Amino acid sequence: MANDNLKAKLAEYEAAYAKNCEKVPARQNLPEQPVYTPLDLEGFDYERDLGFPGFYPYTRGVQPTMYRGRFWTMRMYAGFATAEESNKRYRYLIESGATGLSCAFDLPTQIGYDSDDAMAEGEVGKVGVAIDSLKDMEILFQGIDLGKVSTSMTINAPASVLLAMYIAVAEKQGVPSTELRGTIQNDILKEYAARGTYIFPPKPSMRLITNIFEYCSQYVPKWNTISISGYHIREAGSTAAQEIAFTIADGIAYIEAALKAGLEVDDFAGRLSFFWNAHNNVLEEVAKFRASRRLWAHILKERFGAKKPKSMMLRVHTQTAGSMLTAQQVDNNIVRVALQTAAAVMGGTQSLHTNSRDEALALPTEASVQIALRTQQIVAYESGLADVVDPLGGSYYVEAMTNAIYEEAKAYIQKIDEMGGAVEAIEKGYIQKEIQESAYKWQMEVESGLRTIVGVNKFQVEEKPVEGLLRIDASVGINQSKKTQQVRADRDQTAVDAALAALKAGAEDESVNLMPLILAAVKTYATLGEICNVLRGVFGEYQAHSTL
Amino acid sequence: MFEPRRIYNWDGDNMDLIKELLEGSRLALARSITAVENEYDNAIDIMKAIYPRTGKARILGITGAPGAGKSTLTDKVVKHYLEQGKRIGIVAVDPTSPFSGGAILGDRIRMNDLTLNENVFIRSMGTRGSLGGLSKKTADVVKLMDAFGMDLVIIETVGVGQSEVDIVKNADTTLVVLVPGLGDDIQAIKAGILEIGDVFAINKADRDGCDKLNVEIEMMLDLDSRELDWRPPIKRTIASKDEGVDELVEALDEHFEYLEDSGELATRRAERTHDELVAMINEQIMRYVHEHVVESDAFKQDVAAVNNRTNDPYSVVNSVLEKSLKR
Amino acid sequence: MAEKRIRVIVAKPGLDGHDRGAKVVARALRDAGFEVIYTGLRQTPEQIVEAALSEDVNVVALSLLSGAHNTLFPKIVEMLKEKGMGDVLVVGGGVIPDADIPGLKAAGVSAVFTPGTPTADVIEFIKANVK
Repeated sequence: MANDNLKAKLAEYEAAYAKNCEKVPARQNLPEQPVYTPLDLEGFDYERDLGFPGFYPYTRGVQPTMYRGRFWTMRMYAGFATAEESNKRYRYLIESGATGLSCAFDLPTQIGYDSDDAMAEGEVGKVGVAIDSLKDMEILFQGIDLGKVSTSMTINAPASVLLAMYIAVAEKQGVPSTELRGTIQNDILKEYAARGTYIFPPKPSMRLITNIFEYCSQYVPKWNTISISGYHIREAGSTAAQEIAFTIADGIAYIEAALKAGLEVDDFAGRLSFFWNAHNNVLEEVAKFRASRRLWAHILKERFGAKKPKSMMLRVHTQTAGSMLTAQQVDNNIVRVALQTAAAVMGGTQSLHTNSRDEALALPTEASVQIALRTQQIVAYESGLADVVDPLGGSYYVEAMTNAIYEEAKAYIQKIDEMGGAVEAIEKGYIQKEIQESAYKWQMEVESGLRTIVGVNKFQVEEKPVEGLLRIDASVGINQSKKTQQVRADRDQTAVDAALAALKAGAEDESVNLMPLILAAVKTYATLGEICNVLRGVFGEYQAHSTL
Repeated sequence: MFEPRRIYNWDGDNMDLIKELLEGSRLALARSITAVENEYDNAIDIMKAIYPRTGKARILGITGAPGAGKSTLTDKVVKHYLEQGKRIGIVAVDPTSPFSGGAILGDRIRMNDLTLNENVFIRSMGTRGSLGGLSKKTADVVKLMDAFGMDLVIIETVGVGQSEVDIVKNADTTLVVLVPGLGDDIQAIKAGILEIGDVFAINKADRDGCDKLNVEIEMMLDLDSRELDWRPPIKRTIASKDEGVDELVEALDEHFEYLEDSGELATRRAERTHDELVAMINEQIMRYVHEHVVESDAFKQDVAAVNNRTNDPYSVVNSVLEKSLKR
Repeated sequence: MAEKRIRVIVAKPGLDGHDRGAKVVARALRDAGFEVIYTGLRQTPEQIVEAALSEDVNVVALSLLSGAHNTLFPKIVEMLKEKGMGDVLVVGGGVIPDADIPGLKAAGVSAVFTPGTPTADVIEFIKANVK
């Protein structure tokens, strides 16, 4: 009855809106409706769909206290040039109030090449720090107590090697591996689909990942063994719903691989974490975070029969959208990042990296990084957005959008299931193609003017080149190569050869967990490139069959 | 931008494209292919100059449904022949977009590690919109690679339409690649493509439906009423894992031996020469008719006359033929 | 009679895997009527130059976001010249600071397209400058 009344009123409103419709300018991606009402939430069940923070299905957040207990971890992704330089930056960040470290590695490190490899030409130290051997890792964390800090490492294909180096450095500091806290990204599927820093084919890559799950559940129990990443899928051009759909599909694939290897879901699912993008559309992003938590909880409980609440919680690290930074009028990026921060916080993230204003041009300067960190602190302490849990819960619009994104993502996952899972869907090029379509559509919307990017296709000004950008000198590559050659000259080569031979034998036997062998190898100062080359020899290399 | 680009030496002096081509310059080969593709004025001189050197290479056509893994299989087949010390040319034909006229030529990406092999030359071609002319251009590109000293020239194309079938008719041996699990592909593809298969590969043979597909192809072959000495073999491969490729290459070799031993090769090539000549004459006549008749004012008047029934089409055709072809 | 096309190779030298821009540009060039050869990720200068040569492209379009442009772009231009392909138009795009652009241009890169450049500008530049 009440509904009928409301429907009549809505019809009246819609008529009034339609009458004034020519006054509404064409803009891209306006929601279908101008206003949302209880009618958009028919069948909505508070307890079933939202529940309370810290309770199934975790739509409102994974902890009861959320930011009233403590703020999210303000984790600034950093690393460049050499271990010495990055170590200085890390200490600066800790002094400035950052509560977690996040290591960026250069591309040769991410793809398993030493700095003196021909493939590394021009790339050493450019997008992150170069790590060739345990020596570099020791320098990177000099003076930083690994028992106290939590460290996130953006490393995928050679994640086991970098994790092994971290464990070895901690051991030298006298910190047992059971005390180590942090995250390795370790998400190879999105590398094939969107980010491109793969080494081995899917099957041995999945084995390395399950080896890590198994090893860590025993020896590094506080470590997040994977950060299943939608961030890069979004950066590659996907929509919000695609971001969580493809990522959760990847998550399902990892769970299935681990189950196949004989693990119990509740033994590792609680250590799975996620990585979302905080994009420009604030309310859509909030809805995305909420929908993803509900979807993951449903899948873990219903599909995988998880019992532990922790297994069902989608815990997430967030980074503001790098692809939304503009090279034009770079200071505008500060505002964008502030809004993206608001979205991530209202979405209930567990940790956050905020991009710096100048990152569309180069790696950020120290001053820019400080503004980015201050942005988080202002949102935390001054904005009020962190004062209550899930402040947008109950908004007709946000709830309707949460439902819509949930349904769209679920439909994608069903389609991927029908194809045989995420690995198959990636090998067929399906996921890549969907992302490319969205990216192309976005670009055409910008070029046609349907979508406005301030300073890029509207409100442009003549600008002078931005000064004071961070530059990585070419000498970094030369010096780093020399350093690594020195490490090779100084070490006990017999021990290295023995460790690498053992690793090769282990790699050839699928039943062997490679983590202990890799740990033994890094301790002999075998280099990342040498270790990866042994594995390349056994596993082969992935060839992308990119579809366009 | 659409003029023959010159070839020059270190000092910037112009070089003779044909001489360079005959001496083995890869750039000269690349630019000669462009000359043929774009029908530059020098194309005929180039083809005349290289013609005596052609006829040595074995020509292998590889076709099949989109997504069958043709390029990956091509890559693996090429690697097997490289081990035998062969020099190989690859012509990869991809469809041109009918909307924009552009094309993404995407086969190379699956053969990236052949790029730097000096015994391999890969060239991608778009079908562009040419009516039947594509087949001749492909044949000319094959001849250029043949004259360049390639032992084997592979033509790779999607087997979806008549023009693609025509392209593959330039080959001595045709390999048709199928994959299980696409449901109707046998039905979709049988018009034209199955008849030209000398060897079949069921790629991605680890997928469900492999046996079923195998039976279906056998049945199709049983239905073939032609009296043939060669029964096309069906080989199972998993190109991405290099499985079954040895056996496939063996079958391809056997077919070529059969062609040679039975005299079929000589017959096929003579037929091809005949067909090519007919096609070239037809093309020249069509071109002549187009340039001198269709685009003339007199013809427009003829069309108008036929249209308003002051003349009939039969008389117009007669008079056009008399005027144009009796030179 | 003959249908002619501008041929472009869109290549990603170096190790960075961010191919959103390269793929969007490749598609836009296709839709502008060009024939586009896309090489995929992690191509060495040697591979790019050999592909450009055998495909006889008019344009080499390079995309790089990792900061290795000052090393790799000039190297590719130089190798193209060595192979007699000095008449090929080389353009670059990606995260490239303004300060690096004059150096790249001096090295033979005809245009550098930084983030935010409409694909229409890239197409127009190629049409106006291709030889």
